[in-house]
Amino acid sequence: MQTNWIGCWALFIKEVRRFYSVVVQTVFAPVVATLLYLLVFGHVLDTQIETYDSVSYSQFLIPGLVMMAILQNAFSNTSSSLIQSKMHGNLSFVLLSPISAFEFYVAFVAASVVRGVVVGLGILIIGMIGFDLTWQSPLWVVVFAILSAAMMGGLGMLAGIVSDKYDHLAAFQNFVIMPLTFLSGVFYSIHALPEFWQTLSHFNPFFYMVDGFRYGFFEQSDVSVYLSLGITILFLIIISSINLILLRKGVKIRQ
Amino acid sequence: MSDTPAVHFHQVKKQYGDLEALKGVSFSVEEGAFFGLLGPNGAGKSTLINSMAGLVIPTSGRIEIQGHDVIDDYRQTRRLLGLVPQELIADPFFSIKELLELQSGYFGLKGVPQRAWIGELLERLALSDKSDKNTAQLSGGMKRRVLIAMALVHRPKVLVLDEPTAGVDVDLRRTLWDFTKELHQQGHTIILTTHYLEEAEALCDKVAIMQQGEVKALDSTQALLSKHNYRYLRVTLTSPAQLLVPPLKERLVEKESNGLVFKLEKSASLTQLLAWLHESQLEVSDVSSRDASLEEVFLDLTAEGKG
Repeated sequence: MQTNWIGCWALFIKEVRRFYSVVVQTVFAPVVATLLYLLVFGHVLDTQIETYDSVSYSQFLIPGLVMMAILQNAFSNTSSSLIQSKMHGNLSFVLLSPISAFEFYVAFVAASVVRGVVVGLGILIIGMIGFDLTWQSPLWVVVFAILSAAMMGGLGMLAGIVSDKYDHLAAFQNFVIMPLTFLSGVFYSIHALPEFWQTLSHFNPFFYMVDGFRYGFFEQSDVSVYLSLGITILFLIIISSINLILLRKGVKIRQ
Repeated sequence: MSDTPAVHFHQVKKQYGDLEALKGVSFSVEEGAFFGLLGPNGAGKSTLINSMAGLVIPTSGRIEIQGHDVIDDYRQTRRLLGLVPQELIADPFFSIKELLELQSGYFGLKGVPQRAWIGELLERLALSDKSDKNTAQLSGGMKRRVLIAMALVHRPKVLVLDEPTAGVDVDLRRTLWDFTKELHQQGHTIILTTHYLEEAEALCDKVAIMQQGEVKALDSTQALLSKHNYRYLRVTLTSPAQLLVPPLKERLVEKESNGLVFKLEKSASLTQLLAWLHESQLEVSDVSSRDASLEEVFLDLTAEGKG
């Protein structure tokens, strides 16, 4: 069966225009909120926390905050779009069209990558100018930014599919996404943690995304960058597979 | 016109937990038909229509649009089908024109001819001057027109309208009637669900009556009306009725200020009725007779189901 790329592109454009139409809420607000973290934590803890050799805490913090913003915004984009469309009923416009489950998934996730990366880029540009941060291996930065945003876009879609109301989505966001993000090494190197918490951190997939992304800046990381890449890809495949199965079966979408 | 039906349902079942919303529905809609799908609330009409459009996945059975299976060959069937849903859906992020352009894109349609078609739809549905308006700001009637434009944006062969005139004013109802008649004349197959039985009687050449997930009757509108075993007699009286003899009392369906309406078996003779009126000592000034309306046929059929 021939792929409906025009349909997929139209859906992607619709999703990008959707978040762009409320750009203050979807892009500027998260950039400002994240820069406030940088201002407060970076200023207060700059001389108190040891990170990598010749890397200040503020420099260390910026990639972590950028990745945190990418993860949260990519998740928000798919999850909020899907739940809003379900609540308003306008998801049926797409469901009535000849767009396959795969094309639907690709369009939504690609739009979430765009939003995640745009927000991340906003923070990164300010961070790089203000804190003399440079990237040693830009390719790793780009690879981890895109793969992690795609994984979180997929997770957002999963949350959007299974949620019946905004309350369910808020629970997912506050009790799953937020703790996993904050405990992923955004604000610290896991080597600074007691052994038990270090071990536990290895079970958090977000940790590998943050660590691999940070490697692109400093060429130093808590675990091998290839391990981080492997785990990020593995989670992306798992989340994508679950989504595609649910979309093909029409679970909670095609009643 | 081909022999393949426009739509074919074969043993379509849909189960929601303990509720059997569709109990093995089987029938066909011929190409070019103006088909009415009637039934009380909860009869399964919307479930059936949504199954056809892919919004609901049936538990079992098969639905074909012009010979293509709606599950296995969904790309083809969705291109053949346009659905105007019952709910007044809007998208608060986009204007009418943007929505129509996006919807065209989903169907892989773009370019000058498609933009011209969108312009034609906007014009025909009197939406041109509001095309830049956000759909969430529109009135109910306007939203209904937008939904019709959305359903027609890919020029489907089969158009399904789920309660299109519910909650719209008389003017718009008339406009929608004319528009659907025009589409039918152009060769579209139209499937209509409605609560307005006079609408179905005026527009549809064939009708299916559903109740509790089953098809109770399926025939041409005329055949369904003529099959009805009763006619209605309106008797105008010179003075108010006092006491009716039992056979008349059984057949009385309506009391009016200066008359009575009786539901009489077609086999019963008019002489018999006049005799009963005489026995009841009623002074009759006029008697008029009419056949049952689709609404009366519908009520009789659905009442039988309840009993």
